[in-house]
Amino acid sequence: MPHSARTSLSHTSWGNVIRAEHQVVSPDQPYAAARVLTEIPAGRPAIAYGCGRSYGDVALNPGGLLIETRRLDCFISFDAEKGLLTCESGVTLAEILRATSVPAKDGSGWLLPVVPGTRFVTVGGAIANDVHGKNAHVFGSFGCHVESLDLARSDGRILTCSAQNNAELFAATVGGLGLTGLILRATLRLRRVEGLALETEEIRFARLADFFALDAESAVGWEYTAAWIDCLARGNQLGRGIYLRARHAPGVSAPPPSLGPRRSVPIAPPLSLVNGLSVRAFNAAYWRKLGTAERVRRVVPYEGAFFPLDALGGWNRLYGPKGFFQFQCVVPPEGAEAATAELLAAIAEAGQGSMLVVLKRFGHVVSPGLLSFPMPGITLALDFPNAGADTVRLMTRLEAIAVAAGGRLYPAKDALMTAESFARGYPRLDRFRGHMDPALSSAFSRRVGLSDASDGSGEGR
Amino acid sequence: MSTQGRRVAIFGATSEIAVAFGRLCAEAHDRLVLVGRDPEALERLAADLKVRGADAVAILPADFNHIDGLSEMAQESWAPFAGLDLALVAYGTLPDQKAATGNPAVAAAALHINFVSPALLCDLLAARFEAAKAGTLAVITSVAGDRGRQSNYVYGAAKGGLQLYLEGLRHRLWAAGVRVVDIRPGFVATRMTAHLPQGGPLWATPERVAADMDKAIRRGSAVLYTPWFWRIILLIVRALPRPLFHRSKL
Repeated sequence: MPHSARTSLSHTSWGNVIRAEHQVVSPDQPYAAARVLTEIPAGRPAIAYGCGRSYGDVALNPGGLLIETRRLDCFISFDAEKGLLTCESGVTLAEILRATSVPAKDGSGWLLPVVPGTRFVTVGGAIANDVHGKNAHVFGSFGCHVESLDLARSDGRILTCSAQNNAELFAATVGGLGLTGLILRATLRLRRVEGLALETEEIRFARLADFFALDAESAVGWEYTAAWIDCLARGNQLGRGIYLRARHAPGVSAPPPSLGPRRSVPIAPPLSLVNGLSVRAFNAAYWRKLGTAERVRRVVPYEGAFFPLDALGGWNRLYGPKGFFQFQCVVPPEGAEAATAELLAAIAEAGQGSMLVVLKRFGHVVSPGLLSFPMPGITLALDFPNAGADTVRLMTRLEAIAVAAGGRLYPAKDALMTAESFARGYPRLDRFRGHMDPALSSAFSRRVGLSDASDGSGEGR
Repeated sequence: MSTQGRRVAIFGATSEIAVAFGRLCAEAHDRLVLVGRDPEALERLAADLKVRGADAVAILPADFNHIDGLSEMAQESWAPFAGLDLALVAYGTLPDQKAATGNPAVAAAALHINFVSPALLCDLLAARFEAAKAGTLAVITSVAGDRGRQSNYVYGAAKGGLQLYLEGLRHRLWAAGVRVVDIRPGFVATRMTAHLPQGGPLWATPERVAADMDKAIRRGSAVLYTPWFWRIILLIVRALPRPLFHRSKL
């Protein structure tokens, strides 16, 4: 264990289901981070930890070592002609937007081509989980826009990886869940948009089939699309919701969002505030949010549209001390409607509703990672307060439906999937294994059989 | 857009509070002189601040322990942008009181880097601001300088001495229109305090402290307690009658 390691009980993941003691090191320079990797004793592997925004256990290593990357937070260069940004891996997407998405006089500006639902994640985490956003059907995943990255390995080498150099290792590292080495730096290709603001439309739809119709209609001309689903609606209202689509508004500027949340949940309540009653009330209210209008059109800054999860800091605390599970799967296009209906029916039947149920179509843009989550099809995301065995039973059922439909689960959000589901969903697993660094493993990698289960954990010590 | 920013020198630029403050300056498109010990760390920070919006960044490697070099350091900090609007003195170390007790070499080193060196540098900077009849001298001291306590009096004495020194400079520079800002942070989660259990309501982030500093410096406040509640805590600590104070573990 590196001598500067300290004991921490506060390093959890966003779902807060797993609480464990970790040893933590926080290197504050890339060379120091690379050195930490070479000092990891055999059989006691470590994993990188950024902002702690993964929901499950991909960035946890109970009893073992976490390498905190948040202090690797320096920009290195920005080529404002080409839009090429180089920074260390602990820089957050919020910081990138703040530094580079400064609107020009005509409202245009540079923008990260792909952002997830929160801007409070590190670049390293965005690459390691190959995150996606509402424009995945047009722009693919985050990894599609990584020009190159510097990867430290435990044998002391620092390798520059890209689609041209060390291409296989690059493919393993994008979406590689931090298991191939420690990402020190990355160069990202930003995108020039004619207007940083968004023109958005929200459209209410009455049943699942309407989602598919709206989505087909929006495929041309709307680059950001997703739908909120009322997960408590059943029968012929199953799958009703609100479709959100957006595109950049040429000539209209928008300021970069703040570096931190504007309002936060100060403390965790002793019980989950997300429960049957509040979920029912929320879903009923949200369904009516457009009032009597069937369709609402607005021009807005991108902050609210891209980062709905950032409006309230520490919102995960609302789920109380037991935390919550997140579920996200993607199922292939053929049979997607049937599988989605089956998933929604299972949720409605279980009565364990969720606040934010999101349905979205992925397109045919190929993600570069061997373990990248996005693939053509329909993706469904939702969360459930952790009510113990009942919740686990529901999650297991949803997992079975998704896998049977030829789909897969998103590791960044998962805390429960089996090794078998993982192997079925990610057919390039064997190619990936060859690139793993022996000094790295996580609770996730051990659970799904990627790493030796006897490694790491402090049990028996 | 390019309203030219201030000319700012940061002494001890790679400390975490200074980094957070430098980033606020960068966003305001200031021109920066970064003074510090480690040239590589300065280069890394300079590149970072340029991307974050700094108009120009110069670096100046220097040894703050070396008193004879302070005059040259002040002069060199003045050179890149032909003067300064703001100088922030942000270096210092947190000595281990137990190690310093009964060990004159350790205690002297702590007094030197936390009082002698910054006080003398401030004097040199003050003369330059005075001649220019403008500018702000901001110095990070500490709430530890407000009352001598058994647990931390070497550090406390150095910082308290610096507070008095700054009070004198403020008095002297008032006529020239130069502001002297004494910044007194409480517990800040940084490398300097990494050996302490960080966390809890009294601990602040460097970013929080830097944001408070930025406001106080722009206003030209004489003394800043950051976060704000330390003003109340120190009011109480200073007011504690000795019989009570002596029984405390503070």
